[in-house]
Amino acid sequence: MSTLDPVAVFRTEAAECLEAIETGLLDLTHQLDNRDLVDAVFRGLHTLKGSGAMFGFEALAAFTHHCETAFDRVRKGEVAATSELVAAVLAAQDHMRALVDQPDADHGDTGHKLLAQLQAAVGAKAAAPATVAAPVREASTKKTRNSWRIRFSLPANSMANGTNPLGLLDELRDLGECTVRADTSAIPPLDGLTPTELYISWDVTLMSEQDRSAIDDVFIFVLDDMELSVEEIDGTVAATAAPAETMPVPAAAASAPPPPVPAAAVPEFRPVEAVPVKREAPAASQAKAAENVRVPAERLDELMDRVGELVIAQSRLSQLASASTDIALRSVSEEIERLSGELRDTMMVLRMVPVATLFSRFRRLVHDLARETGKVIELVTEGESTEVDKTVIERLADPLVHLVRNSIDHGLEVPADRLAAGKAKAGTVTLSARQAGGEVIISIKDDGRGINRERVRAKAESSGLIHPGQPLSDPELLQLIFAPGFSTAAAITNLSGRGVGMDVVKKTVEELRGAIDIVSVPGQGSEVSLRIPLTLAIIDGLLVRVGTGRYVIPLSAVEECLELSLEEDLRSRGRSFISLRDSLVPFLRLRDLFRTGTKPDVHQKVVVISTGTERVGLVVDQIIGDHQTVIKSMSKLHNDVATFSGATILGDGSVALILDVGHLVAAGQQQEAQLRVAG
Amino acid sequence: MSAAATAERFDNHWSYAEEVEVLTFDLNGETFALEAVIVQEILDLLPETAVPGSQPFVASVINFRGKVIPLADLRLAFGMEATEATIDSRFIVIEIDLQGEPTLVGLRTDKVNEVTTLAKTAGEAPPSVGMRWRADYINCLVKRGGEFIILPNLQAIFSSRHDAVGAVS
Repeated sequence: MSTLDPVAVFRTEAAECLEAIETGLLDLTHQLDNRDLVDAVFRGLHTLKGSGAMFGFEALAAFTHHCETAFDRVRKGEVAATSELVAAVLAAQDHMRALVDQPDADHGDTGHKLLAQLQAAVGAKAAAPATVAAPVREASTKKTRNSWRIRFSLPANSMANGTNPLGLLDELRDLGECTVRADTSAIPPLDGLTPTELYISWDVTLMSEQDRSAIDDVFIFVLDDMELSVEEIDGTVAATAAPAETMPVPAAAASAPPPPVPAAAVPEFRPVEAVPVKREAPAASQAKAAENVRVPAERLDELMDRVGELVIAQSRLSQLASASTDIALRSVSEEIERLSGELRDTMMVLRMVPVATLFSRFRRLVHDLARETGKVIELVTEGESTEVDKTVIERLADPLVHLVRNSIDHGLEVPADRLAAGKAKAGTVTLSARQAGGEVIISIKDDGRGINRERVRAKAESSGLIHPGQPLSDPELLQLIFAPGFSTAAAITNLSGRGVGMDVVKKTVEELRGAIDIVSVPGQGSEVSLRIPLTLAIIDGLLVRVGTGRYVIPLSAVEECLELSLEEDLRSRGRSFISLRDSLVPFLRLRDLFRTGTKPDVHQKVVVISTGTERVGLVVDQIIGDHQTVIKSMSKLHNDVATFSGATILGDGSVALILDVGHLVAAGQQQEAQLRVAG
Repeated sequence: MSAAATAERFDNHWSYAEEVEVLTFDLNGETFALEAVIVQEILDLLPETAVPGSQPFVASVINFRGKVIPLADLRLAFGMEATEATIDSRFIVIEIDLQGEPTLVGLRTDKVNEVTTLAKTAGEAPPSVGMRWRADYINCLVKRGGEFIILPNLQAIFSSRHDAVGAVS
C-alpha cells in the first residue's frame, strides 16, 4: 500500500466516484423526483470534494463544492431537481474529471461558465454560494439530531501516504457540533518518536442531523486501512462527557501543525476506557471493501502466462505418463492434470468482468448524441451480467462507440421522419450481450431506416471497390461497408449507410479472433453483431495433422467431423463440395493450401467448421484429438500470414499453428465463387 | 543506397564505442558477426514448424522456452543457397527491435565460432561495387587476417520483404 502513489490512488477512486455521480445523474434524468438518487449524487459530490481537498486538489474541491451546494438545496427541498440542473451538473462533472486529471492546467473560463449554468438552473438564490459548512450547520439546529461517538485511528504511515487527519476532523465538524478528543496514549517517549509517523487516535462526539452514511463518507478513502468505530449514543451521554477529558477543538486549530504531540503531553490524556476498537462500518460498503482486491491488470496477465506454461508442462507430463507403466507416476500426472485444469478455469474467471462496465458508458454517449442530433433516443441494454475477458472488453470499447454512434447518426431518423413513417417518436438503440458456447455475441440494434443499399452500391462503384453493375449478393453488398477507404470524409454526411471507420471496427474484431454479422431491413433498422471469443488466452482446440504438420482448429468453430470417402474424393476432383444432409458444403484441401508436397492419407477426414452463417469443410489427413491450447501470438514477421491466428506448444514441445477459421471460410467462399464462375 | 548514407550508417553503428564485442558465425563459408549484446542464447537445432504462406526468409517458427519465435534464414536475405543442416549447425536467438517492439528471432547458422572484439578502426563501409549482396543489408566489413567479417544490418533485413529472394531460391 505504501508503495502506491497516493495521488494515483486518489485518481482511481475519484474516477469511480465520478462514474457513480454520472450514473446517478443519468438515472435522475428519467426520475427527477427520486430522493434516493438525489442523495446518492449529493454523497458522491460530497466525497469527491472532501477527498479532493484532502489530497491537495484545491481547484477540484472548490468547484465541486458549488455542485454539492446545489444538490444540497435539492435535497432539502428548497429547489426542485430539473433536467436543466441535471444537465448542468453532468457538464460540470466533465470539468471535474479534467480537474482530477490535470489539476494544474489552466481551465480558463470553463469553470465559470459551468457555474453560471448551474446557478441559472437552481435559480437566482444560489448566486451566493454558502460556505462549506454553513448549510449543514443551519440545518442541524432545526432538525432532530443524532449523537454519535466516533473513534478512529489511522495507520502509522498514513501521513506519508498523504492522508491529513485534520482534513478528516474538519469534515466531521462540517457534519455538526463536534467535540474532539485526541488519544495520545500511543505516543512513544521522545527518543523513540518518528516525526513522520502518526501515533494519535481520536474520539469524537458528534451531534448531527446527518445519518450514518454521511460519517462513513468522511472516511471512505481511508476506510480500508484504518480502525473506525461509530456508535449512536444518547444525547445525554455526550453531555456528561467529563470536560477535563474532552477537548473541543476550535476551528482555528485546523491550521495548527498536525501531530505528533510532544511526548510530555501524554500524562494529561488517558484513554477513557480500554474498549477494543473495531471497525464496524455499515454492512454494504464494508463488505465491498473487504471482498474486492484491486490487482493491476499486468499482474493478472503474468499469472495467466504462468498458468499457460503450467498447462503446457502438464500436457507433456501426461504424455510421458501415459507411455509409462509406473502407476504412481500416472496417478500423480492425473492429479496434476485435474489441478491445472481447475487452476486454468479459476484463472479465466478472475479475468472475467460483466459487460455492464462496458455498456454503462454508452448511456452518456447516447445522452449527448441525443442532444446533439435532436433525435429522441431510448437506450436499452440487455444481458449486462454476461461476463467477458477484461482485455476483450477494453479492446471492444472503441469499436462499440463507433457502432453506437453510427446507429444514431445514420440509422435513426429525426422524430418528424419517424412519425411520418408511422413509427414511435423515440428511436430505440438496443445493446445486448449473450453467451453462446465459447463465444459472446454483442449486438447493436436500432429501429431506424436501415442501410440504404443503393447508396452503398453507388459509393462502392464510385470509389472503385466494385465494377459498375457487378452482381453482388445482399450479404456481400453489406460487407462492402467494412472495406478500408469505403468511408471518406465526404461520404459520411450524405450516406445513410454506416461507413464511419467500419474497417477499423472490423480489424479490431478480427484481432480478437471474432467476426461481424450485419442484418439490415430497409425501413426497419439494422443489427450489427460481434461474435467474440470469451477469452484470448486459452482455447479448446481440435488437433489435426496435414502432411507432416500439426494444426489446431478452435473447437468452438468445429461442427462435425466426417470421413472423406474415396468416392467423394475422386468425384470432387472437378468440384470441391460435399453433400451434408442435403446441403452443399464447399471444402478446402489443407494439403493443397499449405503446399505440403505429401501424398494424401488413404482415409482423409473432413472437419466441418462454421462461423455462424457459413460452413466450410477442411480436408485433413488425420484427426489427432482434443487439445487444450494456450495461445501464443506470432511475431510481426508473420503478420502477413492471415491463415493462422496464433500458435501453441504441444506436449512434445513442438509448435502447432492455430487456424484462423474466419479467414479459411473466406478463402473457401472465394474458391467456391471461382468455381461457380468457371461453371 | 548512396555512399554518403552508407557512411552515415557505418558511423552510427560504431559511434558509441571504440570497440565492439561480437559473436561470429559461419553461413555458406562466409563469416558474419552480430553484436554480442543482442544475442540471447545459442541453441542446438530444435524441431521447426513450417508456417505455410509466410516469406521463405522466415518460413518457420520454433519453441524457445515456451515462446513461439520466428526462425530466420539470413542466407535467403543475402541470396545465398539454403544448405542442409550439419552437425555444427546452431540457432542463435537474438532480440531486435521490430516496429518499436523488442522481438526475439532465431537465426540459422552453419557454425557458431567465438565471441571476439572488433576495433572501430578496422571497419570499412561496404564497397559500392564488387559486392554480390545488397549493400543496404550490410552495416560494415571488418578485415581480420586474410578475410572479411560481415556485420549485417539486421534492421534493414528484417524490415523489408523478401518475396523476390524467396522466389529465386
